[in-house]
Amino acid sequence: MTALSPTSIFNPTSTPAHSIFHLSIFVLVITALIFIVVAGLLTYAVIKFGQATADSSHEPPQVYGSTQIELSWTIIPILIVVVLYLATAQVIHGIQDAPEPKTALDVIAIGHQYWWEFRYPKLGIVTANELHIPVNEPARPTPTFIQLLSADTDHSFWIPELGGKTDLIPNHPNKMWMDPPHAGIFLGQCAQYCGTQHAKMLLRVYVDSPDEFAGWVRNQQQPAVQDASATAGREVFEHTACINCHTITGTAADGRFGPDLTHLMSRATIASGAAQNTPEDLRLWIQRPDAVKPGSLMPAMQLSNQDLDAIVSYMETLR
Amino acid sequence: MSSDAITMPGVNIDDRAWVDVLHRWLTTVDHKRLGILYILYALFFLLVAGAEALIIRIQLIHSHNDFVSPQVFNRMFTMHGTTMIFFVVMPVLFGFANYLVPLMIGARDMAFPRLNAFSFWLTALGGFLLYFSFVGANGLYGAGNAPDVGWWAYAPLTARAFSPGHSSDYWTLALLVSGFGSIGTAINIIATILCLRCPGMTLNRMPLFAWLNLVMSGLVLIALTPLSAAQIMLLIDRYLGGHFFDAQAGGSAALWMHFFWIFGHPEVYILIIPAFAFMSEIIPVFSRKPIFGYPIMVAATIAIGFVSMSVWAHHLFTIGMSSYANSFFTITSMVIGVPTGIKIFNWLGTMWGGKIQFKVPMLFCIGFLFQFLIGGLTGIMQATAPVDWQLSLSYFVVAHFHYIIVGGIIFALFAAFYYWYPKITGRMLSETLGKWHFWLFLIGFHLTFDLMHIPGLLGMPRRIYTYEPGRGWDTLNLLITVGAFIQGIAIMIFVANLVISYFKGDVAGNDPWDAWTLEWSVSSPPPAYNFATIPVVESRRPLWDVKHPEDPDSRYE
Amino acid sequence: MTAIPIPFPQRPETWNLPYRGKVAMASLIIGESAIFTIFVVAYLFYLGKSVSGPTPREVLTPPILFTIFLLSSSATIHFATRFLERNKVGPFLGFWLFTIALGASFLYGTAREWQRLIYGHGLTISTNLFGTTYYSLVGLHAFHVSVGLVMLCLVAIFTMLGGVDSEQSRRVGVLSMYWHFVDAVWVVVFTVVYIVGR
Ligand code: HEA
Ligand code: HEA
Ligand code: HEC
Ligand code: CUA
Ligand SMILES: [Cu+2]
Repeated sequence: MTALSPTSIFNPTSTPAHSIFHLSIFVLVITALIFIVVAGLLTYAVIKFGQATADSSHEPPQVYGSTQIELSWTIIPILIVVVLYLATAQVIHGIQDAPEPKTALDVIAIGHQYWWEFRYPKLGIVTANELHIPVNEPARPTPTFIQLLSADTDHSFWIPELGGKTDLIPNHPNKMWMDPPHAGIFLGQCAQYCGTQHAKMLLRVYVDSPDEFAGWVRNQQQPAVQDASATAGREVFEHTACINCHTITGTAADGRFGPDLTHLMSRATIASGAAQNTPEDLRLWIQRPDAVKPGSLMPAMQLSNQDLDAIVSYMETLR
Repeated sequence: MSSDAITMPGVNIDDRAWVDVLHRWLTTVDHKRLGILYILYALFFLLVAGAEALIIRIQLIHSHNDFVSPQVFNRMFTMHGTTMIFFVVMPVLFGFANYLVPLMIGARDMAFPRLNAFSFWLTALGGFLLYFSFVGANGLYGAGNAPDVGWWAYAPLTARAFSPGHSSDYWTLALLVSGFGSIGTAINIIATILCLRCPGMTLNRMPLFAWLNLVMSGLVLIALTPLSAAQIMLLIDRYLGGHFFDAQAGGSAALWMHFFWIFGHPEVYILIIPAFAFMSEIIPVFSRKPIFGYPIMVAATIAIGFVSMSVWAHHLFTIGMSSYANSFFTITSMVIGVPTGIKIFNWLGTMWGGKIQFKVPMLFCIGFLFQFLIGGLTGIMQATAPVDWQLSLSYFVVAHFHYIIVGGIIFALFAAFYYWYPKITGRMLSETLGKWHFWLFLIGFHLTFDLMHIPGLLGMPRRIYTYEPGRGWDTLNLLITVGAFIQGIAIMIFVANLVISYFKGDVAGNDPWDAWTLEWSVSSPPPAYNFATIPVVESRRPLWDVKHPEDPDSRYE
Repeated sequence: MTAIPIPFPQRPETWNLPYRGKVAMASLIIGESAIFTIFVVAYLFYLGKSVSGPTPREVLTPPILFTIFLLSSSATIHFATRFLERNKVGPFLGFWLFTIALGASFLYGTAREWQRLIYGHGLTISTNLFGTTYYSLVGLHAFHVSVGLVMLCLVAIFTMLGGVDSEQSRRVGVLSMYWHFVDAVWVVVFTVVYIVGR
């Protein structure tokens, strides 16, 4: 099913996703059997007792009910329900009550209208929209435990291949976990309606090999690059309202309303997947966010072309 | 009661000025006229909300489409969902209940005719308020602004900070007002059924239609009121600065979710139980057999009513409840499949050994049985909490509930229209147009909603105005949209049938289907006070007893 | 256009159905109970969750006296309807007016309490979660008392105009069902707000 879609629930790549997948197949088989039996009986009745021409002279025998038959179609479903329930309860417990190993990676995901903030409290990293987590190695398990918070309305974190979804609700911290066994890029998006741009609140998870992950962490922990070639752009940036909403470490910018831009260039997309992280798209975004993502909460800053180019070149240095 | 009530639809009204006629309809307290008003009102909104669905479908026809803006799209699904639930299905069901319950139990009117009229007009006002928001609610840009918070209006999206202007207020007030109307009607139905049955009609001999509407009304009383309470709280938050759902002051967004679904889940049974009621009247007549297992049908309905009060949080599996809560709501949701299954099996038992006549109403009933079965089984999949962590908030859920609502309730409604239209108007609906309507709607329905499960399984969330290419959703969405348009054509045929047959249809006579309940004993349309002399009954099928004096039902009950 | 004559069976000898007013009022009461339940749940859920003061413990004192007034009005209205059934309009009116007086004094009590809370302690509906839930729950109840009082007054006026006798006792009985319900709700509200809530 991978060929069909990168977001299929039939391609589980993490323990929770796996156990959900198995349970789904189990439930699917049982319900399919029920369907075959009941639909089969219905079809039979319709064909067998259907009348080609209406003939109301003879009424069929009038039958009012039968206690035995009725009892049997009460009890059999009850037994099926018990079986289904026992299988389900086990999976619920297995996923929800799994203990967090000491070696686990902690991440805090904060939903914003319409972007994701990711914080790694133990590593001192703040980033946005693209989550990096390590491959889980059975020898030294490093599953990722994500704490889910919201800065405004409800959102929901959903990467179908890595596990089910969990909501991010203000004042109601949630958690979920995942332990992908191999590297790759996993896609998903916000699943709980959160306002105008709920549709473009996409998610990307990079599952990195241990070395890649360590390299990524090292890079993210650096303060922003101070590239002499982009001083002009930095000046403009620092003297524009940008700094009220965005953070770039090592500069005057420490806003928290928008994504942290310190390592903007380490991301493949901008504005939560609404556009690719290319100079052209970036320019368009800063000039007119509404052209890329109508309804997003970043205002158009009315910059002159010159300032705009300067800012974009500055952004291009933020590796 | 005013003397207006003595006039009736279908009588010669040519000699009266149209203002006069209008006045009579607007001030009527007659249960039959109010029933018709409810039904016409709902049909109108079916077209409106259906048109909104078509807008949704056009927008989703391929990835990155920009037929409408995100803001408009969000209003469309909010209005579509809200209208369909509150201003299509609820009123149409109340309409049929209003029209048929007194006739079926041998009464001359509802228990409180004026309350009845009042309730209808409250509901009508609700619909008007909701749609007035398009012009009346100042939005962010000063333009009209319909609500765009989804039909659950989850907090804190409805807080002033996230929903400025008045669109959410129109949503709240519309539901509050129509909610009061519904409560009034429910009280009326209960009082009518309990207090106005004709002599001999014990509870045990009532047509299942009356029984099911009784249970439905009971559910309205205990389930719709929590919604009203929650709406009052929301208004307090929005207008008086309260903090019920205000996270900043310690309020809880999750509380609204619980309150909404404490209403929302029983609501879906409020919608489906009257559909069951149609089934329970129509299937026996076209199978030429009495309903199989009457007592257990009643018991199962009551069981559904009770259990449905304890399953609401299966809509909240993703909000992070404890594993105990998740298992609890899993089991209760599955348990509700048992009494529901009993109903399906008993309809099967009714058809078994009968002589099934494939008239249009029966065709829709057969469609109902298969589709409701599938919709119920996808419900069981979602009731499995871990599976729902994947399915919830995706198009799979959208497919599940349209399967039940369109494939079940709307099919049942069409069956009811074809079955009772002769009684209401005195003329038969055209069978030919009816068959076109049935087959086209069936094809459109399956094209749309069978396929809709798949994008859900492939990770497509609901309520998105656009989506990325390359996820395997494009082709499916295209076909789904095509299906929606086929449904649209079928509904146009249906409307045409309603209009044409009103003038040109065959004259129906009292009892065109050779049926057994009391409404078929009076003329079509029924006279003003229904029964010249109040009937007396001795069994569940009074007209059967009359037609088969040698073998009356009363001998077996 | 008349009903087709059908040889219906014999009328059963006894055929008694409940009085529709009573059934309707019982239904209304069921619905209202659900509304109150939701408000009570919200109150209990938010106990102690306010992020700022004042707290219930600091500002609430149980209004014992006014509670006694309200609860005893259940008894007076009961006697009143009894008298009406026996067509004793004079005593009926007496007890009826007494009921109104008790209900009104209860409302006065609520008003005094709110005045004290608002001006003395600065607690309004928007102060904190306690304020929000307290005023809405107690206010919802007070609203029901007020509606009841209006209805009671109407009956009193009709009685004084001479329009009420034992014929109306069933209808008056329906109204008294409502009043009993309002009293019963107060027992719940009182317990929740002034006993559990403190
Ligand atoms: C009238 C409408 C209707 C009806 C009757 C149902 C019936 C059921 N529904 Fe559905 N549902 C909706 C309308 C309806 N639903 C709507 C509108 C929503 C979404 C709202 C929104 O999010 O906007 C929804 C959403 C919804 C969810 C939440 C999904 C999510 O958002 O995450 C769940 C989860 O458990 C669910 C489950 C069920 C179940 C278990 C039944 C059961 O009652 C089904 C019972 C029937 C059967 C099981 C088939 C027949 C039985 C047998 C043949 C017997 C043998 C069977 C067994 C032993 C299992 N429904
Ligand atoms: C009674 C309930 C009901 C009914 C009958 C329907 C019927 C239909 N629904 Fe609806 N739907 C809901 C209740 C219902 N829906 C709810 C509750 C939601 C959730 C909302 C939310 O998320 O908040 C929803 C959401 C919903 C969505 C998801 C939106 C989203 O999440 O982004 C979609 C998408 O395809 C959809 C499609 C359809 C279609 C194609 C039909 C078709 O069956 C409709 C067929 C009817 C027509 C095609 C009309 C034909 C008439 C004309 C063509 C004439 C028009 C002319 C004039 C007006 C003059 N519905
Ligand atoms: C009012 C607050 C605000 C101001 C001022 C603001 N932004 Fe933003 N910015 C945001 C928000 C909110 C987002 C996230 C939007 C989304 O994805 O929906 C964002 C996103 C971005 C992104 C994409 C980040 C990513 O990782 O996807 C860039 C780049 C950016 N802003 C640059 C700028 C620049 C440059 C300026 C000044 C010229 C600026 N912003 C001013 C709020 C603001
Ligand atoms: Cu965030 Cu939807
Ligand atoms: Cu439900």
